[in-house]
Amino acid sequence: MQSNFLKKIVPYTFVFPALLLLAIFSLVPIVIALLISFTGLDITGLGDWSQIKFVGLSNYLQLFQDNAFLQSILNTVVYVVVGVPLVIIVSLTIAILINSGRNSFFKMMRLVFYTPSITNTVAVAVVWTYLYNPSLGLFNTLLAKVGIAPIGWLTDPNVAKLSLIILAVWKAVGLNMLIFLAALQGVPRSLYEAAELDGANYWEQTRHITLPSLKFSIFFVTVTTLIAWFQFFDEPFVMTKGGPLNSTNSVALFVYQNGFQNSNFGYAAAGSFVMFVAIIVATIIQFKLQEKQRGE
Amino acid sequence: MVEIKLEHISKKYVGAKGYSVTDFNLKIKDKEFIVFVGPSGCGKSTTLRMIAGLEGITQGGLYIDEKKVNDEAPKDRDIAMVFQNYALYPHMTVFDNMAFGLKLRKYSEVEIEKRVQNAAQILGLADFLKRKPAALSGGQRQRVALGRAIVRDAPIFLMDEPLSNLDAKLRVSMRAEIAKLHRSLKTTTIYVTHDQTEAMTMADRIVVMRDGEIQQVGTPREVYEKPVNVFVADFIGAPATNFFDVTLQDGYVKTEARTFNLAVPEGINKVLKQAGYEGKKLILGVRPEHIHTERAFIETFPSATVKAKVVVSELLGSESILYTKVGDSEFVSKVDARDYLDPDQIVELGFDLNRSHFFDPETKESIL
Ligand SMILES: Nc1ncnc2c1ncn2[C@@H]1O[C@H](COP(=O)(O)OP(=O)(O)OP(=O)(O)O)[C@@H](O)[C@H]1O
Ligand SMILES: [Mg+2]
Repeated sequence: MQSNFLKKIVPYTFVFPALLLLAIFSLVPIVIALLISFTGLDITGLGDWSQIKFVGLSNYLQLFQDNAFLQSILNTVVYVVVGVPLVIIVSLTIAILINSGRNSFFKMMRLVFYTPSITNTVAVAVVWTYLYNPSLGLFNTLLAKVGIAPIGWLTDPNVAKLSLIILAVWKAVGLNMLIFLAALQGVPRSLYEAAELDGANYWEQTRHITLPSLKFSIFFVTVTTLIAWFQFFDEPFVMTKGGPLNSTNSVALFVYQNGFQNSNFGYAAAGSFVMFVAIIVATIIQFKLQEKQRGE
Repeated sequence: MVEIKLEHISKKYVGAKGYSVTDFNLKIKDKEFIVFVGPSGCGKSTTLRMIAGLEGITQGGLYIDEKKVNDEAPKDRDIAMVFQNYALYPHMTVFDNMAFGLKLRKYSEVEIEKRVQNAAQILGLADFLKRKPAALSGGQRQRVALGRAIVRDAPIFLMDEPLSNLDAKLRVSMRAEIAKLHRSLKTTTIYVTHDQTEAMTMADRIVVMRDGEIQQVGTPREVYEKPVNVFVADFIGAPATNFFDVTLQDGYVKTEARTFNLAVPEGINKVLKQAGYEGKKLILGVRPEHIHTERAFIETFPSATVKAKVVVSELLGSESILYTKVGDSEFVSKVDARDYLDPDQIVELGFDLNRSHFFDPETKESIL
């Protein structure tokens, strides 16, 4: 009896420190945020807790009548729907291309494509702001050379979102490419050789050998990229502040603006909770799809 | 009808210092079962992969039915190959693994179904068609790999050490299955192994290789009975041949330290003398199974016997292996189990020099 009890308790003592850290820095803040989202907490409430008023669901009700918030949801959906597949396709393609060779050129390409990932976003964004500059920027200068009228990369509400997506994709490709490369290098050469003898051309080998072998890493990259893009923040924060006309504002940026610029903590917490639920739902759907695929 | 011809084929890998295969010449007849055998790194796989088209040919010509195919893509050579690690597609079922090549070659559903079912029948895989390779045992995977080759109905099979991942017992039974398969399908087959038993039991002809060069090509009987050099004599046969440095004198071979003195049969002595070896050094090669303990043999050849001390002895059921020592020459004999002796006992051994091999000590080549 005694030893049985010990046996059961021992594993928990090993995971306890990790659980404790997770609780303090992750779970507790989430719960607090949830609680705050039901209050009208603002800068006065921070100083004097007795000023905090319980407001029920009114933050949430207000959110869904707030055009700025609805616009930010729409923008975020665009970021996710366009950006996530783009990241996966581009990084997978680059990984497959880089994996096709072994010499120093391909090794250098690996470095070239990875560099954006290890560079600070703010620094990158500043540089890209110059590239995107309507009159002095590289892009418009190049376009002018081939006779195309200048594009308002960050000033045209229709284009600005796309400009930010391009930058974010460019930055996200490196790490995901590395994940794909690692997985690609785990695919035994003999599978390709067998397929070649079976009569598969390059495209058929990619389709029937490479992609199925990468199923798990594609899933992993999809989930992590999805989560990251739901929280799309750095790029609009640095480059556009959500403008022009709110056209690049994301939910994460909306939360930041309301929480830390306008000090409407209760309102911001409600916004962040909407985002949290959306991420959870999207991730669960992903897992279900993956399970279904594995089942058949 | 298919004939494969390798003419002066050499291979140097990019970045490698030397050649991995040098001047490989071989003509493989229709329906033949050829086995490449040799120690690790001697270039067996390299040669096989050049035939499959998975490696480029540095020099020489590869002909299939008189047509030079050096530059033809693997899929156009119509060759089926069984890989050492099987290379089954892990995400496909057994059925799909076998059907893949047929689907790519645009066979009809009906034809694919027929061929896969037929192969599954032959190989006893009918119950596993819906499983993925991960849910199969080693022997079953091996059979799927064979099945993938069979369904293609390709005129040439290549197999690179297909049995090396199996346990000893399974290896023996799969060996028999492959042999049986070859008898019924009659596909021209090239089989790579470093196991001389597999080579001896399966091959129509054996190609013994060493350091990228062919040492000997011949039937199992030929390479066993008439090895062209010390290497082949040593490599083919188990336990390995005993070699002695001896001098030929007055119809006897003697070791340096005169630990023993064996009478050479008249006919062989004459040939050796004619070849100018009288009074010269030789390498004598005697297979363990040609050293006898039977009284009858010893009484027939009393001047070809040696009294030796047993160092180690192994009883293998029907026979026993004696590791013996005379002076400082050690040798192995394979004798009847009844003649099993414990270590430190003295045994009288008769050498069957009629079936022994004589090699030149300089060139290491066979003299007879
Ligand atoms: N890709 C390669 N690049 C350079 N050298 C290679 C390459 N593959 C094989 N070699 C060399 O070529 C020689 C022959 O190799 P090979 O694989 O043909 O040997 P093998 O006879 O099949 O040996 P084993 O029984 O161990 O499979 C070896 O010395 C090996 O080191
Ligand atoms: Mg090999």
